Amino acid sequence: MTFVAKPRVHHPQLPLNDLGLTRRDYEGSVSTLCAGCGHDSVSAAIVQACAQLSLPPHRFAKVSGIGCSSKTPSYFLSHSHGFNSVHGRMPSVATGANLANRELYCIGVSGDGDSASIGIGQFAHIVRRRINMLYIVDNNGTYGLTKGQFSATNDKGSTSKKGVPNLYAPIDLVSMALQIGATFVARSFSGDKRQLVPLIQAGLKHEGFAFIDVISPCVAFNNHNGSTKSYDYVRGHTGNVIEADFVTPGVEITADYEPGTVEDVAMPDGSTLRLRKLDEQYDPRDRVQALSHVQRAAEDGEVVTGLLYVDPDASDCHEILGTPATPLNALDESVLCPGSDALERVNASLR
Amino acid sequence: MKATNIADPNYFHKVVDCQWACPAHTPVPDYIRLIAEERYTEAYMLNWDSNVFPGILGRTCDRPCEPACRRVRTEEKPVAICRLKRVAADHKGDISPFMPRVPTKKNGKRICLMGAGPASLAVARDLLPFGYEIDMYDRDPAGGGMMRSQIPAFRLPADVLEEEVDLIVDMGVNATYGYEITSMKDMLAMDYDAYFVGTGAPRGRDLDLPGRQEVDEHISIGIDWLGSVAFGHTHSISGKVIVMGGGNTAMDCCRTSKRLGAESVTVVVRSAFEVMKASDWEKEDAMSEGIPIVNNRPPKEFIHENGKLKGIVFECVKPVDDGSGRLRYVPTGDPDVYMECDHVLMAIGQENHCPWIERDIGLEFDKWDCPVLDEVTFQSTHPKVFFGGDSAFGPENIIWASAHAHQAAISIHLLCQGKDLKKDRPPAGVNLISQKMGVHQWSYDAEHDASKRFIVPHANKRKALDNIKIEVELGFDARLGLKEAQRCLNCDVQTVFTENLCIECDACVDICPMDCITFTENAEEPDLRAMLMAPADNAEQDLYVSEDLPTGRVMVKDEDVCLHCGLCAERCPTNAWDMQKSVIHTPQLGSYAEQG
Repeated sequence: MTFVAKPRVHHPQLPLNDLGLTRRDYEGSVSTLCAGCGHDSVSAAIVQACAQLSLPPHRFAKVSGIGCSSKTPSYFLSHSHGFNSVHGRMPSVATGANLANRELYCIGVSGDGDSASIGIGQFAHIVRRRINMLYIVDNNGTYGLTKGQFSATNDKGSTSKKGVPNLYAPIDLVSMALQIGATFVARSFSGDKRQLVPLIQAGLKHEGFAFIDVISPCVAFNNHNGSTKSYDYVRGHTGNVIEADFVTPGVEITADYEPGTVEDVAMPDGSTLRLRKLDEQYDPRDRVQALSHVQRAAEDGEVVTGLLYVDPDASDCHEILGTPATPLNALDESVLCPGSDALERVNASLR
Repeated sequence: MKATNIADPNYFHKVVDCQWACPAHTPVPDYIRLIAEERYTEAYMLNWDSNVFPGILGRTCDRPCEPACRRVRTEEKPVAICRLKRVAADHKGDISPFMPRVPTKKNGKRICLMGAGPASLAVARDLLPFGYEIDMYDRDPAGGGMMRSQIPAFRLPADVLEEEVDLIVDMGVNATYGYEITSMKDMLAMDYDAYFVGTGAPRGRDLDLPGRQEVDEHISIGIDWLGSVAFGHTHSISGKVIVMGGGNTAMDCCRTSKRLGAESVTVVVRSAFEVMKASDWEKEDAMSEGIPIVNNRPPKEFIHENGKLKGIVFECVKPVDDGSGRLRYVPTGDPDVYMECDHVLMAIGQENHCPWIERDIGLEFDKWDCPVLDEVTFQSTHPKVFFGGDSAFGPENIIWASAHAHQAAISIHLLCQGKDLKKDRPPAGVNLISQKMGVHQWSYDAEHDASKRFIVPHANKRKALDNIKIEVELGFDARLGLKEAQRCLNCDVQTVFTENLCIECDACVDICPMDCITFTENAEEPDLRAMLMAPADNAEQDLYVSEDLPTGRVMVKDEDVCLHCGLCAERCPTNAWDMQKSVIHTPQLGSYAEQG
């Protein structure tokens, strides 16, 4: 952490986005996490992604649970709505927020403890309910806030700072999300913004439940030799299958890729998700293949990153429930209480 | 790009823009921090060591440091460096314990200084502690040279001038005043071990226009007239005065005229307002005293009647920018303008002029009648004769005189020791000292202060115009000085990067408020400049490039708008970034340089 506040002055040539804002306008208060924490890079990636997309900061709901990860919503989008909730209960609050106002962009930030231990039940059910949100797990495999115990995502055999190996097999949130029906599943690395920023942009634009598992090293307790979630280990064992690039509407696509390896996926708002296959055989729309690829790589000690699965025609919770297009919190009394005639008609239809 | 060599003394020196721009390379941020700590005496001595005349320069310096100040690029207005220098001079305590010791036993070498201006005085100061016997000759009745004769008392009070001149003379200079040097041959016959010519640029230019000769008694050369005011020969000027010229001498002439009783004063300049040589603040001060400045009016003719000046006819021109970098002036077609006047002060430039140096003694002059000098050693083609100040390369200003003097003093010392003036010259150097005191603690005030530049108070205008001895600028008091000192960005506390400690976590990239830092694939400089977090368009500012990192990338830092806030080091988990003070050793006798 630092107590020197980041000065408001910025680079004189910092670009303005379509809303006339600079990237600096998307920042939050100064981080109190340890210096070098991967989570701060994830926050910075969210700032970059939102600024580049020219999204209005005040149209965001950011929600979190408890833990180092869950402190981070304070450090981005300071002009948005935020709710720092109960340990493992971020999904419930996110569900409520999204049901009440479907027009807000919803970002949930959780950690491996928050989502894979105390909140694993909530995690499973928000995936199943397909809430239209971006769910990010800052995954460092350790309980940093309580000084470095193994978390549920820590790999078997990965050692603690003192060299003691972990005895239990990990919970893989990516595999879980794929299995339970998430329609956008990705894994990334806090030390690779080139990959992470487009993934966040695509996740925000995905209409349905988007999940990104971000390996985010804990410099204080899990960045040593023997850890499988250190900067060095992840850099040395990453296999990227799909490189995603997010292209906003109206922008000419000029990227120069090998023919046959690029696939453009149209997003609901007219933007384009450009996928570059780094593995010829890999099909990012095949859920079963994605699942087996992730698990096989895990067996080999490889960390698969990139956009692993996407269903561009996904539906979200509101579609499933058939709620009106107007956000529920904007429905006025005449709509909510249409009068006794309407009640009569409903009753009659049920007789 | 190749990795940056931070051991090169010039690399971090350039980052300290003010120090780099200063001819004498005064360590500006260092003394500003001392002022912020209310250690005025130390701040003064740091200046005195480097520029020799802090109190005088704190009022009269041309301030090359201020336009260079990084604050101009990050916000708008530079730190008021010059005025802070004056704060140190005004508030200093007893400096006598810090003065260099001058040995009573001399080293047997005799040095002759010609002229008692800033250049000669600075040479004397550098050489005296080494046991040299110094004889100084000047035609004026007192020392100080142009600082006394050309800068009016309302800008530079006599006591400030005398204090700093006496400080050096009292170190043991054998000064002979009122001594007009008429022959270099005669001087060389006195057989000194070395000679230093610091006679300045004493000849003011004249304009030979129709009518000039007929009205000679109504026309004065600006610097001569200022000199006669300074030495008490001229006490008043009457009628309508026209000052011709657009430099600082013109500003001094018009403001002096106003104080000496002129009915009206007008400055007429042949060129445009923007390209006038006078410093902005001098122009502002003149105008705020109600003196009109008329631009784009080259003079054509003096009009006179019965030997009495009536006025001047000016042509009307306008500047045209033809893209060559210099404005061209073309007639506007308007009829000529006639301006009435009773007295003209010519302040259209000055020249170094040494008619007393015989041209057959092996001392060569170039086609502009300037001495042929070695630009490093300041040695003329006569091995025993050195030049400095305005007499070297033409009119500059006091701070350049100090800078020349340091180099000339080194040369004279080497010559007298029988060493080679170039090969044995002491090198420049740099030391880097970590400023880390503990967790989140730095030995300097890292926090960025967003205050705007503070305005310096002025004397009551009516009173100031009544008396030529009343100083117009009052200077910052201690409170304002502290506030202004806080605006300094501490550019000498450098961001130093150690490759093998970096884990490439991006923490520094994310926290940097000015987007200075990027981790990227390496490329050639022009490409690299376009690939950074923010475009590095200012090619005058260097890129700091690391060796290859484990991922194959390099760290690139654009030095241009770095606030030196230390957040990169604060956020770095491995101390790959550290804030280290760069101490630049500019070769100078008596300081670091002498160790060699």
